[in-house]
Amino acid sequence: MEFSEHIKTANVEDVVLRQPLHPPSRGTLCITGHHLLFSDREETGTRQFLLLLRNIDAIEKRTSGSSGTITIKCKDLHVLQLDIPGMEQCLNIAHSIETLSCLDCASEMYPFFYRPSDLRLQDQWGLSSTEKLYSQMKELHDRWRVSTVNRDYSVCPSYPPAVIVPKNIDDSVLKKVAKFRQGGRFPVLCYYHRKNGMVIMHSSQPLPGANRKRCKEDEDLLQAVLDGSDKGYIIDTRSSQQATQARMTGGGFESKSSYSCWKRLHRQMEKGKALQESLIKLVEACGDESNNMDRWLSKLENSKWLSYVQTALSTAGLLAECVERDGHSVLVHGSEGTDSTLLISTLAQLIMDPHCRSLEGFLALLEREWVQAGHPFMQRCAHSAFSHTRLQQESPVFLLLLDCVWQLWRQFPLALGFSEALLLRLATEAYASDFGTFLCNSHKERWALGVMERTHCLFRALLRPRERDYYSNPLYEPTELAIWPSVHPQSLQLWRGFFLRWTQQSRHLEEAQEEIRNMVTEWGKLALK
Amino acid sequence: MEHIRTPKVENVRLIDRSSGQRKASTGTLYLSATHTIFVENNPETRKETWVLHSMVSSVERPPTIPAGSQLILRCKNFRVYQILIPQERDCMDVYSSLVRLSRPEKYSELYCLSFNPNVNKEEREESWNFIDVMADYKRMGVPNNLWVHTAANSEYRVCDTYPSELFVPKSATPAILVGSSRFRSRGRFPALSYFHQDTLAAVCRCSQPLSGFSGRCQEDEMMLQAVMKSNPGSEFIYVVDTRPKLNAMANRAAGKGYENEDHYTNIKLQFIGIENIHVMRSSQQKIIDVGEMKAPSMTDFLWGLENSGWLKHIKAVLEAGVFIARAVADEGVSVLVHCSDGWDRTAQACSVASVLLDPFYRTIKGLMVLIERDWVSFGHKFSHRYSHLDGDPKEVSPVIDQFLECVWQLSEQFPCAFEFNERFLTAIHTHVYSCQYGTFLGNCQKERRDLRLHERSHSVWPQLWKDRAEYINPLYKAELSQSQGVLRPNTTPYCFKMWKGLYNHVEKSTPPRQTPSDYLTAVREESQQLEEELTNHQERIAALTGKPITWEKIEVPRRRTSHLWQKHCGPDPPTNYTHPITSCAQDNDQALSKPFNQNAQTKDPALTLPLGLYTHLKGQDTDDLSACSDLESGVADLSSRSSSGGYESKDSDPNETAFISA
Repeated sequence: MEFSEHIKTANVEDVVLRQPLHPPSRGTLCITGHHLLFSDREETGTRQFLLLLRNIDAIEKRTSGSSGTITIKCKDLHVLQLDIPGMEQCLNIAHSIETLSCLDCASEMYPFFYRPSDLRLQDQWGLSSTEKLYSQMKELHDRWRVSTVNRDYSVCPSYPPAVIVPKNIDDSVLKKVAKFRQGGRFPVLCYYHRKNGMVIMHSSQPLPGANRKRCKEDEDLLQAVLDGSDKGYIIDTRSSQQATQARMTGGGFESKSSYSCWKRLHRQMEKGKALQESLIKLVEACGDESNNMDRWLSKLENSKWLSYVQTALSTAGLLAECVERDGHSVLVHGSEGTDSTLLISTLAQLIMDPHCRSLEGFLALLEREWVQAGHPFMQRCAHSAFSHTRLQQESPVFLLLLDCVWQLWRQFPLALGFSEALLLRLATEAYASDFGTFLCNSHKERWALGVMERTHCLFRALLRPRERDYYSNPLYEPTELAIWPSVHPQSLQLWRGFFLRWTQQSRHLEEAQEEIRNMVTEWGKLALK
Repeated sequence: MEHIRTPKVENVRLIDRSSGQRKASTGTLYLSATHTIFVENNPETRKETWVLHSMVSSVERPPTIPAGSQLILRCKNFRVYQILIPQERDCMDVYSSLVRLSRPEKYSELYCLSFNPNVNKEEREESWNFIDVMADYKRMGVPNNLWVHTAANSEYRVCDTYPSELFVPKSATPAILVGSSRFRSRGRFPALSYFHQDTLAAVCRCSQPLSGFSGRCQEDEMMLQAVMKSNPGSEFIYVVDTRPKLNAMANRAAGKGYENEDHYTNIKLQFIGIENIHVMRSSQQKIIDVGEMKAPSMTDFLWGLENSGWLKHIKAVLEAGVFIARAVADEGVSVLVHCSDGWDRTAQACSVASVLLDPFYRTIKGLMVLIERDWVSFGHKFSHRYSHLDGDPKEVSPVIDQFLECVWQLSEQFPCAFEFNERFLTAIHTHVYSCQYGTFLGNCQKERRDLRLHERSHSVWPQLWKDRAEYINPLYKAELSQSQGVLRPNTTPYCFKMWKGLYNHVEKSTPPRQTPSDYLTAVREESQQLEEELTNHQERIAALTGKPITWEKIEVPRRRTSHLWQKHCGPDPPTNYTHPITSCAQDNDQALSKPFNQNAQTKDPALTLPLGLYTHLKGQDTDDLSACSDLESGVADLSSRSSSGGYESKDSDPNETAFISA
C-alpha cells in the first residue's frame, strides 16, 4: 500500500499521552495508513486509544533536547498531546500525521477499508430514495411526478438522479430551466405539507444577469408549483443588495415583473468564509485561559456564531410561518443553493413535520436534504477550527445546522426522538468518518467512486439496536404540533456539549442525561409489570 | 386602610408582562390593605391576580393615552404588571395609594404582622422550631474538644448583631472574645460558621479589624491564634478579605482596614475582590434592563450582559466560596472570612463555601438551615437590603440574590447534585422580599426578639417544606459521584449563564412549555406508585401460590402518557420571526391556524384582547387603533401582515409601519 511510503517510523515505545479528563498514560504509539493507535499497559490491563488520522485538523511539534512533543488538535475539538522520546522519531511521526491526515483522494480514505463484522456491504445503502418517498406519499401523485431527467447527472451534476417536479412540466422544460439556474439546480420539491398541500421547493439562483434575461420555462415551472393558488413566497438567503449585485456576475433573482405571483423575501445568511471564521473565533474564545468574564462575553459576541444561529432559526421560522400559517408554497434559494438553502429548509421541516423528528425521520431528512441534495461535504468539512492551512471551500454549515437542531432539542426536550449524543456523533462523522455517507460532494461523485457498494452507510449503522437505544431520546413524546422555537437571544445558548465537549462540565451533563435514561427505563419496566 | 382612596375600579385592563401574557385582560381592580387584586370580567375564568403591596418595588405612571391612564407596577421578584385605568382620577388615586402602601414605614404595617397570629398559635410556635441551627452544629460534631459553646454574647452583650449562642475556639477565653470584639467593626469578633469534620478545619467569620494604619490588639491576635490552634493539623490560617484590596486599604484611613501580617503570627491574607453593595445594586439594575430589552439582537444582548458586569460579580462570589472550600477540604487549613461589617460579602462567601463543602446544604432542609445560620442568625440587614421598610435607597442591594444565584449556577453545572430545583431558589428569593412571614424580618436576632416576631408571625420554612414536592429535583441522586463530598466547580467564564428563570420575562424567552424536570418528577412519582403496586401484587401472588415470583427481563415499552404531555407541552409561543413586537399579527395568526386552536386549550381562554392593541395605544390616534382591531378580527389580509414583519420593508403598508414603530 502506498501509505507506507509516508510512514518512516511506525512504532514508538515509551510515549506519554496526555488528554483532557484523563491522567497521562505511558505506552506504545503506532501509526498506520489511517489511524493513530496508542496502547498503554497499566497493571489493570491494556487500554487502547484509536484516532482516525482524518480527524486531525492541525498539529504542532516542539522539540527539546532529545525528545519532542506533538500537540494534536482534532476536528471534533479534542486536543491531545504526545511526548515522544527521540527527536527523529518525533519528527517522523509528525510528518506522517501531517501527510496522512490530509490526503485528498476520497477513494483512499478509510471508509473504503472499514469492514466491521456486523455490517455487510450487500446491505441496503441509505434509508430512502426519491422514488420510494414518492410512492409512499399518495397525496403527491395528483400534481407531482418523479423525473429522471438527471439520471446521468448531465442536467445537474449536484442533484441526485431522480427528483420530484410538477406533473405538467416535462423533462425538456426541466432541461431548459436547468440552464437558467446556477449549477443546473432547477427548482425541485423538498417538502410537502400534508395539512394544506403547500410545498417547499429549493433551487439555486436564476441567471438573468446584467441584461435581465428571462426564461419562460422557469416562469412556467414556478407557475405550475402554485397551481391555482394566488401566490407563493421566494425566500432568498441573500440580502436584496447582494442579490442585485449578483446580476453583475450573471446571477440575480426572480424579478417582480416576470414572476408576478411570487413575493420575494430577503434574509441575509452568512456562509462560506465568514462562517468558517466565526467557528474559528468561537473555538478560540472557548479555549481562552484569561478567566476574564468581560473578555469571554466580548469574544463570544465577536465570534458572531450565536447571531448566525439566531438568523438561521428565525429564517427557518419565517419559512415555516409562510407554509404552515399563511398557507403558501415557498421556493428557497441563495446563490449556489447548496448551503444556507438546505439549512433553512431542513430546520423548517423539523419545525413543521412530526415525521422528521423521530430518529429515523431525522436521519432520512439529513440524507435527503444534505447528502442527496448535494451539500459538498468534502469541501466544506475539509478542515475545522484549528487548521493553519489556507482556507478554500471550508464552511461549517452542517455544524451550524446541528447547533440549530440542538437549540430546538433544548427548547423542546420532549418533541425530538433523538438525543444530543446523536448530534455530537454526526458533528464528528461529518469531518472524519469510518463510513461513506459524508464522502464526496455529490451523488454523482459518490456514484463514480462506488461509495454505495464499497463503503458502509452511517445512517444504517446508527439504527442498529444498540446504537438506536443510545441515540434515541428517552423523553420522546411525539407531537403533531409545530414546534416554534424562540429566537430571543436569551433563549439561545452556546452548545456546550459540542464546544466544551472535552471539559469536566460536559461530563456532569452527560451523567445527568444518563440518569434521565435510567429513570425512564426503570419506569418503563415497572409500567410493563 | 386610611391610605386607600378608591378601593375598587372597574373596566381596568391588565397585562402580566412577565408571564408571557400578550393580550390585556379586562376586569376590576381592588385595593386591599395588603394586596392589589385584579379580577377578570370573563365569567368563565374569573381569573384573579394578587400582588402583595410589599412586593412592589416601584409604581410608574407613563403619560396618559386616549384609552386611559397607565400604571406600571414593577415587583421585587422582577415581575412587571401593566395596568390601564379609564379615568385619570381613579388612576391618580390608585397610584398614590400604591406608592404609600408599597413603602411601609413601620414594621407593624407589614403583611405578616398585620393579622392575628394566634389563630394557629400552636402551629406558629411549632413553625419557629422547624429549623434548628444548634442541631446543625451538633451534626457537624460541634461542640467538641476544639470548638466550644460560649455564653459571652448572651443578652447580646458583646455584639448586638450576633446571635446569642456562638461557637468559638476552646482556648479563646471570654476576655479574649471581648477584647477582640472591641477591635472589630460593630463588635463582630471571629466565630465558627462551619466545621469540616473530615479535615478538622473550620470556616470562621468576623468583621474588619479596627487597625487603621498601625493599630493592633493583643486579644485579637490571640483570638486568631486560637482559631489556628483549633485546627491541630495546620500551621497557619487563611484570612480571607472578600473585598478588593484597594477598598480594604481605603478603609484604613477611617481607622478600619485589614490584618497586618507582621502583627499576626501565621496568617495568610487573601483578597477576593467582591465589589461593594452599591456596585452590585447598579449592576443588578443593568441586568434587569437586559431582561426587559425589547427585541434585542444577539449582539445587543451579549453587550448588555457584559456591560452589566453581573456575571463577573457572580463569578467573584463563587470564587470566594471555592477558595475557602479548597483551603478547608484540600489543604485542611482553617479560614477566617471578613469584609467590612461582616454581614454581606462574608455571609455570601461563607454560605457558598458551605454548599460546596457539605452535601447536606444541597438538600432542601440543608439550604434552609444554611440560610438560617449564615444569614438570619449571624445578622444580615434584611430590612435594609431588601427595602422591607421605606428607607435609604443606598442601603438596598441584592446580596442574598447573589448567593441564591451562585447556588443556581452550581446546579446548572452539577444537575444531579442538588435535591431542590430552581423553583425552590426563586421561592426563597420571593419570600426574602415579600414580608409574608417573619423569618426575614429585622436585621439581627436581637431586633427580632425585641419585635417579638416569634409571637407575632410565622416562619416561612415549614411552609416551604410542606410544598417540597414542588421543589424536588428529580435528577437528584446522592449516590452519584458529582453529588458526593466537596463540589469542585469550574469557574471559567463560559460556565456562567444569565439566570433566565429569575431575571427574564418569560414573554421574550422560551416559555416553560416543556421542562424535562417536571416530566421526570411525574415519571418518578409514577414509578414509585408502580413499585408499590408491584410489591403488593407479588405479596399476594406469593401468598396464593406459596412461591416467590421472580421477573424475567422484559423489553421496555414506549411510554404513552398523554396526560403528561398535555401538561407539559404548553401552547406554542407565537414567536414572531419577522418582528418580535408586532404581537397583534401573531394573535391574529393564532386565531387562524388550526393547530394553535387545538393547542390553545391549555392557554387561558380569557386572554382575548391582544397586547398589541394595548401597548401600541401609546401615542397612537384612534385610526391606528381601528387598524389594529381589524387585524384582531382576522379580516386583514395575511400578506399585509407578513410585510409587517419587515420581510421587505419597502413593501409594507403605512398602517403596519405605524404598528412597528409603536
